[in-house]
Parts: sequence; C-alpha cells; structure tokens
Amino acid sequence: MQQVGSLLVWIVLAFLVATWIALFARRLSPQKAGTLWGIVALPVLAFGLYLGLLWAPPDVLMGEVYRIMYVHFPSWIGTGAGYLTAFVCSLLYIRSRDLRFDSWASAGAEIGLVFNATGLITGSIWGRPTWGVWWTWDPRLTWTAIMAVTFAGYLVLRALMEDPEARARASSLVAIIGFATLPIVYFSVRWWRTLHQPQSSPETVDPQMVVALRTMMLAFLLIFGYLLTRRFALAQLRAEAELAALEPDELEMEAAGD
Amino acid sequence: MSDLRRAVGVARKDLLIERRSKAAFNAMAFFAALVLFIFSFALGPEAPGLSPAGQTLLQYLWPGLLWVAIFFTGILALGRSFQLEMDSGGLQALRLYPGDLKAIYLGKLAANLVVLLAMELLLIPLSAVLYNVDLWTKLPGLLGVTVLGSIGFVAVGTFYAALTANLRAREVMLPLLLFPTQVPIVVGAVRATALIVHGDPMGELNVWLQMLALVDVVLLTVCTLTFEFAIEE
Repeated sequence: MQQVGSLLVWIVLAFLVATWIALFARRLSPQKAGTLWGIVALPVLAFGLYLGLLWAPPDVLMGEVYRIMYVHFPSWIGTGAGYLTAFVCSLLYIRSRDLRFDSWASAGAEIGLVFNATGLITGSIWGRPTWGVWWTWDPRLTWTAIMAVTFAGYLVLRALMEDPEARARASSLVAIIGFATLPIVYFSVRWWRTLHQPQSSPETVDPQMVVALRTMMLAFLLIFGYLLTRRFALAQLRAEAELAALEPDELEMEAAGD
Repeated sequence: MSDLRRAVGVARKDLLIERRSKAAFNAMAFFAALVLFIFSFALGPEAPGLSPAGQTLLQYLWPGLLWVAIFFTGILALGRSFQLEMDSGGLQALRLYPGDLKAIYLGKLAANLVVLLAMELLLIPLSAVLYNVDLWTKLPGLLGVTVLGSIGFVAVGTFYAALTANLRAREVMLPLLLFPTQVPIVVGAVRATALIVHGDPMGELNVWLQMLALVDVVLLTVCTLTFEFAIEE
C-alpha cells in the first residue's frame, strides 16, 4: 500500500504538471482542465480518505483524534492557492484591465475563503479535545482568521458595487493591499504571542501518514482547481447577464435592425 | 519638488477647510470623550487591575483602551476626508492637475494625520486625567509611539477612504477593509505604550518602535504605489 500510495502521488503530480503545461500551451481550455481535475479528484480523494482514516496508524499521543489533520492541513493548501490566485490575478487585472482576470481573482478569493473556513472549523474541532478549548489566540489561528476577514471584506465590497469596471478596480486593490499586508500581520501576531505546536515535518511522522497526507493534499488541490474553473465560468455568465441587463434597449434595437 | 509642493497645497486646502468648519474635529473630540466614558462604565472606575498592586483596571488597560479610542475616533475623520471632493466633483479637478497623483495621496494623508494628531493631543491627557494615569514624565516617548502608530493608521486609512468614497455603504466598508490591515499597528502601538507607561524592565521598547516604523514604511510604500488606481474614474 505504501508503494501504491507513493506511486499514485507521483502520477497525480505528473498529471497536474501536464495539465498546467497544456494550459499554458493553449492545448487545453481552463474549463476542460477543470473538468479533468474534478474527475481525477474523486478517486484520489476516496483513496486519500481510505489511507488517512483507515490505513494510517493512530497517533502516539493523540490517538484517532489526529486524523482530522487529513482534512485540516489540505484545507490550507486550498486557502493559499485561492488567495494567491486572487492576488496574482488582481495584479494582472490592474496591468491589463481585462475583466477575465477580475473573474479569476474573485473566484480565487471565494474558493480560498471556503477552504479557509473549513481549515478554521476543522482546526477548532481538533483543538477542543487536544488543547481543551475551541479557540485560542495562537498566532497562526489569529493570522488565518484575519486572512478570512480580509477576503470576506473583499467579497462584501464586490457585492456592494455594481459597475463592473469600478468593482474590478476597487476589489483588485483590496486584494493587493490585503495580501501584501498578510506577511507583516503574521510576524506581528507571532511576536504578540506564541503557542501553536511547530509543524510536523515528513522526517518526524510515520511514513504512512506522509503518504496519506500527500494524497489528500493533491486531492484538495484538484478539487480547488475544479471549483475555481466552475466559479470562473459562473462569474463570466454573471458578467454577461449584467451586460445584457445594462443595455436591453440597445440589444433590442440591434435585433429589430436585423 | 513640485510634487511635494502639490502635496503641501492639498494638505493646506484640507486643513484650512477643517480650521474654518471644525466639522471633523468637533465630532471626533466629543466621540473620543464618549468612548472614554463608555470604557469607564463598562469596566468600572474602581475595579482593581492585575499588576502592580493598587492599580485600577482602567489604569492597567489604559494603553489598549487608548488605541481602541484612537482607531474608532480616527475612522470618523478618515470617512470624511474625501467627502467634500466627492460631493462637489472636486476630485476630478484634482486629478486633472498636471503632476503625479501620488501628491494628492500624500497631501490628503498629511491633512488626516494632522487632524488625528490634534485629536490625540486632546485624547491622551483627557484619558490620563479621567483614568488617573500618571504620564507627565513619559510624554516624549508617548509622543513617538503615537506618531508612529498614527502614520500607519492614516496611510492605509486615507487609501481606503479614497477607494470607498463613492460607495453607498462606505461607513461600513471603510472599517471592514481597514482594520484587518491594522493588526501590526495595534499590536506594536499598544505594546510600546504599555512599556512606556508601566515600565520597561527588559528594554524591549526600541524593538517595538522599530517594528512600528518598519510597518509604517511598508504600508506607506504599498499605498503610495497603488493610490493612482484608487482614484481613477
């Protein structure tokens, strides 16, 4: 099982890289890539859950409780990927003024926030039996909560603005400023206080756990890619609907002219 | 050089309007006083603090309460800072002037900073009197912390005030966007203020002041570089 798992991790990783190369070579549309990722994600997720929940050994100190890690840690992969997408696409929007980048950025922020929420919730569920409290003001907890507030603000701002160009410009700036301040927020809350256990590294945990965790991380990355492309498609549809709602008279006139 | 003069021009215009109308300052001063009273009602004027013995809770918490009051009061000034231009179309005129748009940002920032510092000049002694905090010997250090903390607050605040100026829900959006970026400022400013007021046995104060200065530089740089996009039409 160990060998099967490691092999699968490498195969899925190669698949991800291949689809990315195909995307950049324009041999594959983002939507098709998303569909592929979604299809591949399901068996990988099932396999990863089997590895993590049944096959991997219980933890020496925490027993079975630790198994929530297989959802908790991959959630942060999705969070990071989402916010990074929002940041990079916002920069690209400010440079190019192409509204598709704005759609990508908003998709990234929204999916990132979803994973951020699952990360915080699973962490809280784990913290209750382990630390004895649902929440503590540990730097990493505090930091990820501030992240969530930052990008929630981004989404609230978008909901309040109607003009697509002004909304894209304002929210891009919020994503850029918000993302750029996250590192200094991290260091400031770390100096403020510290309690979180240091992250485990692959050298200190059971190799079975490593394989299970890597499988789950890849599964979440695939799910992230799938959700991102679907959310982008939705944003495009909404943009078209907004455009249609803005100029019904002109469109009717055009139709009458034909 | 001429950009600097433009910035000074914008700041002088804003400060002249403020000096004549005193609209922002009066609202802020009364609001700040109210906040101080509410803290006293909420926490109890004679509740004992943690350490040293004999201190009241208000004295113990004073550094944190002071910065909460500064932030809540400062939001009032920031929210107004682009309103005049928005109502009269003045921002368009400002944008049309030749030269770098960063000058508008720096001018607005300077005006906001002066108004905020003036309010703090009132708030700090008033809170010290009301909560019976002894700080007359500590004023120079306190002044440094206040200026450093206020610069970081106003840097992002002015930026987001411009960004949200023509929103319907700007009163909600401004704090919602601004406060998450202010975590480093709150942490640094409150810690430094506490060290000044309650004593600094380990000599940590300088590190916190350096951190505040560094955060100020980062925030100022990011906001200055992106401001021209914030006031596009």
